[in-house]
Amino acid sequence: MDRVSKILRSQFTFAVIAIFIGFLVAALVLGATGYNPLEVYSILFKGMFSKPRYIMNIIIKASPIILTGISFAFALRVGLFNIGVEGQYIVGTIAAAVVGILFDFPSYIQFPLVLLAGTLAGGLYGAISGLLKAKRGIHEVITGIMFNWIAFYAGNYIVNLERFHEPGTTTTYQINASGLDPIYNWKMSEAGLEVIRNNEFIREVIGKTSANIGIIIAIIVALTIHFILKNTTIGYELRAVGMNKHASEAAGINVAKNTIQTFLIAGAIAGLSGALSITGVSHRLFELMAQENYGFNGLSVALMAGGSPIGCIFAGLLFAGLTYGGGTIQLEIGAPSEIIDILIGTIVFCMALVSLIPLIINKINQRGGKKDVK
Amino acid sequence: MLSKLLLLISNTVMYSTPLAFGALGGLISEKSGVTNIGLEGMMTIGAATGVSAAYLSGSPWVGFLCAGIAGALMALLHAVASISFRADQSVSGIAINLLGAGASLFLVRIVFGSLNTPPVPKKLPRIFSDSSVLGAFSRLNFEVTAVIAFILMLVIWFIFAKTKWGLRISSVGEHPRVADSLGLNVYKIRYICVITSGFLAGLGGASMTLSILSNFVPTAISGHGFIALTAVIFGKWKPVGVYLSCLFFGLAQALVIQLGGGSLLSSQIVAMLPYVLTVIVLVVFVGRSVGPKASGVPYEK
Amino acid sequence: MRIQEDYAVQMRGITKRFGTFTALDSVDIDIKRGTIHSILGENGAGKTTLMSILYGLLNADEGEIYINGKKVDVKNPNVAIEHGIGMVHQHFMLVENFTIAQNIILGMEETKGFGVIDIDKANKKILDIIEKYGLEVDPNAVIEEVSVGMQQKVEIIKALYRGADILILDEPTAVLTPQEIEELLNIMHKLVDDGKTVIIITHKLKEIKQSAEKCTILRRGKYIDTVDVANVSEEELANLMVGRAVNLVVDKSPAKFGDVVFEIDDLYVKNEKDLYAVKGLNLKIRRGEILGIAGVDGNGQKELVEAITNLRPTDKGEIKINGKEIQNTSPKNVIENKVATIHEDRQKVGLVLDFTVAENVILETFNKPEYSKRGIILKDKAVKKAKELIKKFDIRPDDCENLPVKGLSGGNQQKVIIARELENNPDLLIAVQPTRGLDVGAIEYIHKTLVQERDKGKAILLISFELDEIMNLSDTIAVIYDGAIVDTFEQGTIDERTIGLLMAGGKVNG
Repeated sequence: MDRVSKILRSQFTFAVIAIFIGFLVAALVLGATGYNPLEVYSILFKGMFSKPRYIMNIIIKASPIILTGISFAFALRVGLFNIGVEGQYIVGTIAAAVVGILFDFPSYIQFPLVLLAGTLAGGLYGAISGLLKAKRGIHEVITGIMFNWIAFYAGNYIVNLERFHEPGTTTTYQINASGLDPIYNWKMSEAGLEVIRNNEFIREVIGKTSANIGIIIAIIVALTIHFILKNTTIGYELRAVGMNKHASEAAGINVAKNTIQTFLIAGAIAGLSGALSITGVSHRLFELMAQENYGFNGLSVALMAGGSPIGCIFAGLLFAGLTYGGGTIQLEIGAPSEIIDILIGTIVFCMALVSLIPLIINKINQRGGKKDVK
Repeated sequence: MLSKLLLLISNTVMYSTPLAFGALGGLISEKSGVTNIGLEGMMTIGAATGVSAAYLSGSPWVGFLCAGIAGALMALLHAVASISFRADQSVSGIAINLLGAGASLFLVRIVFGSLNTPPVPKKLPRIFSDSSVLGAFSRLNFEVTAVIAFILMLVIWFIFAKTKWGLRISSVGEHPRVADSLGLNVYKIRYICVITSGFLAGLGGASMTLSILSNFVPTAISGHGFIALTAVIFGKWKPVGVYLSCLFFGLAQALVIQLGGGSLLSSQIVAMLPYVLTVIVLVVFVGRSVGPKASGVPYEK
Repeated sequence: MRIQEDYAVQMRGITKRFGTFTALDSVDIDIKRGTIHSILGENGAGKTTLMSILYGLLNADEGEIYINGKKVDVKNPNVAIEHGIGMVHQHFMLVENFTIAQNIILGMEETKGFGVIDIDKANKKILDIIEKYGLEVDPNAVIEEVSVGMQQKVEIIKALYRGADILILDEPTAVLTPQEIEELLNIMHKLVDDGKTVIIITHKLKEIKQSAEKCTILRRGKYIDTVDVANVSEEELANLMVGRAVNLVVDKSPAKFGDVVFEIDDLYVKNEKDLYAVKGLNLKIRRGEILGIAGVDGNGQKELVEAITNLRPTDKGEIKINGKEIQNTSPKNVIENKVATIHEDRQKVGLVLDFTVAENVILETFNKPEYSKRGIILKDKAVKKAKELIKKFDIRPDDCENLPVKGLSGGNQQKVIIARELENNPDLLIAVQPTRGLDVGAIEYIHKTLVQERDKGKAILLISFELDEIMNLSDTIAVIYDGAIVDTFEQGTIDERTIGLLMAGGKVNG
C-alpha cells in the first residue's frame, strides 16, 4: 500500500494523468464538432516527430518557455506569483537588442555581454516588483500585469527610436554579428557552410532551422536552480519563507530581502530567456502588435511541471511540441488548430486540481493504519 | 471644446463598461472568499459566445444572455476546482484563462471559419434609438450596456449595504468558520458567488464585442480581465469604489485614443501611462491592500 | 439511566473517529435541566468533540442524542439551534470587522422585504436580552475594538438570540480576570434561575468547584464518571481527569538570584492601529529568576514580546540584555544576543510545519559554520543534531528527525521549539503561553524544564494567561495592565484575589 500511495502521490503521476485527461477532453470536443480525434492526433504526431527537422524546431521553440517556466516555478516555491515574467522577458529582449546594436566587441566578449545585459535587465525589472511587494505589500499579480504592459510599450518605443530603427521595416537593425548565437555563427562561417553542403542530416537539422544553444543553457539553468533549492542556504531560506514567513521572520530570516532576491533571480532567468531569443532566433527586436506570450506560456509550462524546475524541461518540450505539431492540423484536415489550446488548458486545469490526490491518499493510508497526512 | 469633452466622456463610459461588468463580478467572488484571476478567460468566452449566438440567432440580446451563460459555465469549473477540490485559486484562475482563450478561438473558428468574425447583424442598442434627439449632447447617447453596468453597481451596493444576503456573503469571505457555525452553507454561498461573477464577466466580454466593436477579434479581450481585477483592489472591495476605478481606467483608455494622435513615438509613451499611473496610485494611496480576510483560502469543514 | 423528559440532554453510546484515531468511545452523558453541568478532561480528552456533536458541528459515527426526552438527529447547527441548543466556542466565532449587532443576527436576520435587514427590530430584541441577563454590550461597536470579556458576552447573547435553552460554554474562563469570572458565574446563575441549562467544558478544577453542580469526567475519549461537585476535592477531580495521582504544585527549590541580565526602560510600543499598546513599561530580570507577567490578554503582552524580539518597532525606551541595547535592530540580532523565545503561536511563529524536524532545528542556525559550508547546507549535521535533541528531550516518535513536524503532537512540537531555543544557550528565555493546549504530562515536563533552566542561572520571562501557572512557577510576579507594569511581588507574598484586582485595573491600598 505504501508503494502505491507513493506512486500516486508523485508529481510525475499527476502530470501523466493530467495529460491523458487533456487528450481525452480534446478528443471529445473534436468528436462533438465533427472531426475524428484519431485522425487529428495522428496528424499532430506526424507534425511533431516525422522529420528530424521538426524535432529540432520543437527544441528551439521549447527553450524560451522552459526558462520562463523555471522563472515562474522558482518564484512559486517561495509562494510568489510571478505573473510579470512576460514583462521581464520583454525587458530582456530590449536590453539584449540595445547592447547588441550599440557595442561590437569580439564575439567571445560580445555574446556573453548581450546575454548578461538581458539577464541583468530582467533581474532588475523583477526586483522592482519584489521591492513593491516587500516594502509596500502591493500584490505581485497587479504590479506584474502593469509592468508587462509597460515593458511591451517600451519595447515598441525602442524599436521606433531613430538610433535603432531599420528604415522601411517594423524592426530594429540586426544586432552585430559578434553577438549572435555561436551555432548560428558557425553555420554561417566557411567551415560551417562546408559541413552543411556535405552532410544531409546537419543541413536538415541545423541549416534549415534556427538551431541555437538556448536549450543547453535552459537545461543548465534548470539543474542549477534545482540544486540551489535543495542544497544551498539560499534555497533553504527561500523555502522556509515560502512555507511560513512568520516563523522565518521570528527565526531571524530577512523576509523582505528574500522576496526581493527571489524576484531578482526569477526576473533574471526570464530576462536571459529573452536575450537568448534575440541572439538565437530573431536577431533583432520586432515591433509587437500583441504580447507574444513567451512569459504566459512559461506559466503553463511551470504548472504542467508541477512547479519543478527540472520538470519544466519536459513540460516545455511537451508544450512546444503540441503547439508546433498543432499548427499543421488546420492545414491538413481543416480542424481548428485551437484544439491544442483546449488540450493544454485542460492539462493545466487538471494539474490545478492536484490537491485532490493527497485526500485520496489519506483515505488509502487510514485503512492501512497510518497517521493522517493532513 | 465642448465636443471634445463630450467625446471624452462618451469614450470613458464606453471603455469602462466591459471593465465594470468584469470588476463587479470579481468583487462578488472576492467578497465570498474566492480569488478570481480567471476573469480574463471568462470575459473572452463571453465575447466569443456573444458574437456567435447573436449571429446565429439574429438577436444581440440572445447573444448577450448566452455570453453570460458561457462565462458562468467557465466559472463553474473554477468553482469546482477552488471550492470542492480546494485547489490553489490562483492556479485555477490561470487555467481558466487558458481554457477560456482556447475555447473562444475554437468556437469562433467552428462558427465562422476564421478568427476575425464578420460584424453581427445588429449590435446592442443605445439608450435612444436616434442620437439626434439629444441635439448637441448626442455623444451622451450611451450604450445600453453602460446603463446596465451602472444599475448593476447600485444593486450590488444595495445588497451589501442593506440586505441579509450581503451580510452573509461578507461573513463567508471574512470568517467562513463563523458562518458555518451559524448554519450557513459556506460552499453553496461561494458557488453562487463564483458562478455569478462568471456570468457578469461573460456579459462584460459581450459588451465589448456586441456593443463597442461589432465583431470578435482575438485581441478583443487583451488584459481587460486583469485590469478589472486591479479595479477591485483599487476600489478597496467596495462596489462604488470599484465602479469609479473602472471609470478611471476607461478615462485613461479614452485619453490614449484622443491624445495619441502625434508621432509614432509618443503614442507608445501615452499608451504606457495608464499602467504607470496605476502603479503610482497603488504605491502612494492604496498601500497594503486588505481584502476579505479569507479570500484565496479554501474552506475545509 | 432511562431517557427522561426532565433531562435537557442525554447522549448514548457516542462514538467518533477521525481516521484511525478514536476521539470518543461509546460515551454516555446525562444532563439535568436547570443545572450547571461541567465536563472535565485534559486537552484531547474529547470534551469539545462531544459537545460539537451535540451542536451539530460534527456528526457522530455511532450513538444517539435525546433532547428533553426526544430523540433528535442533530445533522447540523441549524437543527441544534431549532432545538434550543446554543454554543459559545473557546475560540470566539465572531467576524472581526462586523458590529456586535451584525454578529448576533448573522444567519437569523429580521428582514422587511427585499431581504433588507430590519435593524431596529434586531436592536430591540438584543436590548431585551441585555437587560434580562445583565449582559452589557454596545450593539454598534465593532468586534475588533471591544474587550475579550465583552466579546464573550456577545457570544452568549448570540445563543440567547436564537432562543437557546441549553447553553454550551467551551472553556469560558480561559481569557477572563477573576472578577470577570465572577461576573460570568452570576450570569450563569441568572440563566439557570430562568430555567435554562448550562454546560461548561473546562479543564479548570477551581471553576468547577465554584460553579457547577455536577461534573462528568472524560479521559482519552472514554466516559469515566459523573460526580456531585460538592462532594469532591480538586485533587480527586484531577486524579479522575488524568488517571493517576497528580501533583498540583510545581516542585521548586528556593531561588538563587544573580545580577540583572535583562532590563526594559520606559518602553513605548504601538500596535496595528497606531495606538500605544505598551506605555512606559519597566522591567528587570536577574539571572536565576523566573519573572511571570500576569495579565489579561490584550494589555500589551503581545506587543511587548514583539518589541523585544524585534518583530515590531519600539517607539521609545530601551531594551537591554547584558547591558546591550537590542530594540529596533533585527530578530537575528536579538537571537545572537542570547535571547531565545518560545512564541505564543507555535504553529504560526514557532515552526515551519512542512519542514522536517531536522530542518526546523536549524531554522535559526543554518547559516552558521556547523551547518553550512560555502553556502551548501550540511544535511547530515542537521540530522545528527536533531537525533541528539530528540533523545535529550524525549520527543516522540523517536525517529522523527526526517518527518515533517506537522505530524507531531502539540506537546512534541513544543518540545522541538524548546530544544531549538535552548541550543542557543540563551541568557534570557522568553516563554509565552508555553503550555497552551497541551496535556498534563507535557505541561509537567515544560514546567520542570523551565525550573531546570532557571536553576542553571538563566533568566526566564514567563507570560501566561493562566494565573495558576504564573503563581506556581514564578519567583517574581509582575502585573501588567494597560501597557505598563502596575506592581511586582515576590512569590508567596500575594494572593490571587489581589492580583485579579490589579489585572483588571483596580488599585490596592498600601
